[in-house]
Amino acid sequence: MFKYFPHTENDLFAMKAKIGIRNTADLFRDIPENVAFRRDYDIPSAMSEIELRKHLEALAAENKTPIVFSGMGAYDHYNPAIIAQLVNREEFLTAYTPYQPEVAQGTLQYIFEFQSMVAMLSGMEVANASMYDGATATAEAMFMGLAIAKRNKFLVSATVSPFVLDVIKTYAHFRGVEIVMVPMKDGVIDRDELLALIGDDIAGLIVQKPNFYGIIEDYTGIADQLHAKKAILIENNDISTLAVLKTPSDDGADIACGDCQSLGMPLAFGGPYLGYMATKKAYARKLPGRIVGQSFDKNGKRAYVLTLQAREQHIRREKANSNICSNQSLMALYATIYLALMGPDGLKEVNEMAYSGAHYLYDELLKTGKFFVAFEQPFLKEFVVKTSLPPDLIRHALDEAGMFAAVVIDETASGMQMLLNFAVTEKRTKKEIDCLVAVLGGLSC
Amino acid sequence: MLNYDRLVFEQSVKGRKGYSLLNNTYPSKYQMADLGAKLRLKTVPLPELSELDVVRHYTLLSQKNFGVETGFYPLGSCTMKYNPKINEELAALPGFTRIHPLHYPSSIEGTLKIYRYLSEMLSEIVGMDAFTLNPFAGAHGELTGLMIMKQYHLNRQDFKRTKVIVPDAAHGTNPASSAVAGMDIIEIPSTASGLVDIEQLKAVLNDDVAGMMLTNPNTLGIFDRNICEICRLVHEAGGLMYYDGANLNALLGQARPGDMGFDIVHVNLHKTFSTPHGGGGPGSGPVGVKKKLAHLLPGPQVKETDGFCYIETSAESIGRVSGFFGNTLVWIRAYAYILTLGKENIKRVGELATINANYVKESLKDDYLLPIEGPCMHECVFDGLLDKSTNVTTLDIAKRLLDFGYHAPTIYFPLLFHQSIMIEPTETESKQTLDDFIAVMKTVAKEAKEHPDIVKEAPHATLVSRIDEVYAAKKMILTYQDLLEENAKINEVK
Repeated sequence: MFKYFPHTENDLFAMKAKIGIRNTADLFRDIPENVAFRRDYDIPSAMSEIELRKHLEALAAENKTPIVFSGMGAYDHYNPAIIAQLVNREEFLTAYTPYQPEVAQGTLQYIFEFQSMVAMLSGMEVANASMYDGATATAEAMFMGLAIAKRNKFLVSATVSPFVLDVIKTYAHFRGVEIVMVPMKDGVIDRDELLALIGDDIAGLIVQKPNFYGIIEDYTGIADQLHAKKAILIENNDISTLAVLKTPSDDGADIACGDCQSLGMPLAFGGPYLGYMATKKAYARKLPGRIVGQSFDKNGKRAYVLTLQAREQHIRREKANSNICSNQSLMALYATIYLALMGPDGLKEVNEMAYSGAHYLYDELLKTGKFFVAFEQPFLKEFVVKTSLPPDLIRHALDEAGMFAAVVIDETASGMQMLLNFAVTEKRTKKEIDCLVAVLGGLSC
Repeated sequence: MLNYDRLVFEQSVKGRKGYSLLNNTYPSKYQMADLGAKLRLKTVPLPELSELDVVRHYTLLSQKNFGVETGFYPLGSCTMKYNPKINEELAALPGFTRIHPLHYPSSIEGTLKIYRYLSEMLSEIVGMDAFTLNPFAGAHGELTGLMIMKQYHLNRQDFKRTKVIVPDAAHGTNPASSAVAGMDIIEIPSTASGLVDIEQLKAVLNDDVAGMMLTNPNTLGIFDRNICEICRLVHEAGGLMYYDGANLNALLGQARPGDMGFDIVHVNLHKTFSTPHGGGGPGSGPVGVKKKLAHLLPGPQVKETDGFCYIETSAESIGRVSGFFGNTLVWIRAYAYILTLGKENIKRVGELATINANYVKESLKDDYLLPIEGPCMHECVFDGLLDKSTNVTTLDIAKRLLDFGYHAPTIYFPLLFHQSIMIEPTETESKQTLDDFIAVMKTVAKEAKEHPDIVKEAPHATLVSRIDEVYAAKKMILTYQDLLEENAKINEVK
């Protein structure tokens, strides 16, 4: 037999006898003959563990793993060793959704802790048990906003990440939601244009902080302008920055959402990451996805359980506002362990180091005379600069140097100059930055 | 540390620390404090713990959980098969975990090749022509597939087609996904055995039908023998057929949805292809389509010419449904699983899973009510105890199984029966395991007759007993802050 199939010939003989069949084909007699599959799949032959390991190691070796100096929604933060060790415990890893709470208190409690931590970071009152990623979380926040405002038109700031925007647009297109872009000015939302666009038919506005250009926008007053028209504010954040930045709650947001990849998750070519969504308690019943609440067992012992389940698929399934079912539970454990380990000081230090590194890199790049200020705006760990250097030249030089940086955001954003993205995390050192600047500063057209 | 029940916040002691970072060697003029009013006023009240505090806390939590390796997990419709260890190790190779999603395609050929190879293998296994691995989970795959269905009709200027036929026995996500894709649902009743009622189907087929979503084998574990006729009827009416892959495990080596006439398929890698469920994700829900729909797949897409992979989004694509390429490390695990089985073993999965399910069914039908006679496929459904004179319910039986160290089957689904118990043993479970489970199920049936209170009060051996769900919904204690406030209220009353 094969290592994942425990059936011996004797087992099969006894089982067939119990079932009352001579051969297994009898079990599949409902499959019409013309569609019965009677050949081998055209896929490779079985590999031993040794062959498999060699094969995947060879494929992994075809990927270059350079020093990462770019972000745009995926950040190379440090992931402490305990995370991988703990999340790989089979009791967490191989469990299903906690439908039997008596044997799933581990999952339920860490989700409760995760919800609490998301609420703390965002300043909001409630959070759900997770979304797929920051982009889909934002699209779902929009649907939630439509249900709250009972309108069908959403404003989106032009400074929102295009990856997030594309998902918003896809979801909106099929749902028949109208999206109106609010233009930007100097890298931030154009407040005059925004004010003119906030009408009685607007369900809400989606903004991002730090925005796609890394800029920490000032959203003071926007929520009031929206609320005056009974519209809502949705703010997308890289959640780790909320340890130090003014929170979406401070900005008056009604829904906070975004990605938690920065909280202990590897870059991993874009996934699995972790979306989050948090809101005011008044809107708790409109939150998509799962929510864990505290309760007691019949002996008065504290216990946790999935709650408020009568919201979506369970009852009003044909009128559902969200279809999310399996989400990213284990990634919520990554984030929870990371936050428990880093604590209030650790996450602040991570941001401080990133701030210092990013601003040092920014100044050093400008000093080379080949990179120029794109926006005079405050930033944290990520920024954009302009250059006239050809993109292929930059890419080639960085590839040779084992670095990944200067991702082109827009080739024509600023006349003949390109916009390039840089990001610095606490993993980077001054020496690495000096190397990067030396490589880029040595280039000429 | 028995009875450990603290929250991580309750383990916090001010001044403890669990991390270490590099020394800040940047010039001292770079100070985050310069951001001034952009900064938050109050420190985040995260807990403060040493490294061992954190490790022990989550280790203790893990011990309150039940996984596939803890014991038999016959959760119907969820395909709780063994999650091979080697796949965990390979997906964690630095070559896979350290790459940025926007990295140059020429620098990440390894991962892009896996995307291509896995797409091709899945196409072969389900009989489709092209795949996207970007959807994050089964329901996300459904949404993606329905968007493709809708766009197909829109592109043909066939604007009337906004309705999706969903049988009443379908998974709850089917109608929910249709609603989110902006489509109307036509729910059709099933026959007594949960099959598609052909007459009911004919009655709703019209020029406003975009397509039909179907699970086959259906949610009762029965293969719909009229499948070709169903596909023909829907196609003749101008609709497309959507295959919900939740029950694909039964078909491995037996039949392919593409051959039956389905146009769009989603596959749950976290079910059929053995990637761990993670307590509710991350899953992966790749979507496969027939050639005529391939140009509509969501972006970004991984393509290949002359052995070189590149990334592209076709202009006709439905757009982006995920920030990047889906749950990459999950689909890498599924790739490893398929290679381990190879063509020699993957064809046996459906057969062995089906034998296991039928063995359980035949062994329990003297004690539990079998509502539908005849062979089942990978899972079997009972309608509670055969002896209806006791007032022991399916919920009671499920809870009592926990006392014996078994995870409960899926209960109260499918909705067709009042006391549904849905058992899916999967091909990785042995006859001994099934025999032990069968014996326990019979013991519970006996207890229900002789000592019903033991069953009604179960579980007794778990860390917590039955939980007050009404209290949770009423009090809405959803965060530690809520909990502190509730405790303060209680103390005030005291």
